Amino acid sequence: MVDQDRDYLSQAPDGKPHGEQPQWRQDFPVDIPQDNYVSRREFTKFLVLTSAAFTVGQMWIVWENWRRARRGAPPAQKIADLKDLPVGSSLVFHYPTHSEPCLLMRPDENTLLAYGQKCTHLSCAVIPELEKKRLACPCHHGYFSLEEGRPIAGPPRRPLPRITVELRGDEIYATGVELRTV
Amino acid sequence: MKKYFTRAQKMVVVQGILCLVLMIDIIQLWLITATMNSYLGGDSGVPVPAAIFSVICLLLNLGLLKFLYALDRKPNTNPEK
Repeated sequence: MVDQDRDYLSQAPDGKPHGEQPQWRQDFPVDIPQDNYVSRREFTKFLVLTSAAFTVGQMWIVWENWRRARRGAPPAQKIADLKDLPVGSSLVFHYPTHSEPCLLMRPDENTLLAYGQKCTHLSCAVIPELEKKRLACPCHHGYFSLEEGRPIAGPPRRPLPRITVELRGDEIYATGVELRTV
Repeated sequence: MKKYFTRAQKMVVVQGILCLVLMIDIIQLWLITATMNSYLGGDSGVPVPAAIFSVICLLLNLGLLKFLYALDRKPNTNPEK
């Protein structure tokens, strides 16, 4: 029996036309031109699935954004006493939650600086290098300026979150987190 | 009048759809990267418009996919000839 469709070069073993073949035989054709057609068609379907995955990702960001807005600003929290932080030293504290390590630094007598400790590249812990006026990420050699917490070298593109601090008498309080894109 | 395509014609159509879907996917990839960056940077105004745009891109892709399925259901040439 001859296939009416002249595009098909080969004949199925049962002699039936291509349209009457089982699905698996249509999906794994013998003819190279038909195989090229099927592979491009299937790749297009996969790309549409990828597009759906991107959309789900966007929805997840919207959900997380809504949850963050609902939480509101974190309350003020005592970090340390001023006498525990001599000039040229730093200490690690956690704010606003225990899973958010932060760095408090005192580069000179009248300055207190605090930043989130997670590198904005891949969340490694940054190390203060006060004498070089920078914070260093040892994982991929990223550097942040000490004054602003902005990236100055290496892979990080976003600045470190700035923790606003307040001196109440001799006690140091963290009062908020300032996230930044530039 | 019902249209029939040869496989060569179908191939051109599929490649055209593939190019369009690929371009839309690249736009979506860029969009999700930019949205994540702005979200992590504390910008709360970006995610909703970006998600709406992403849904529009997905609908465009689904429309193209529907066209692809419709194309696939048609025989390559007119069986009456």
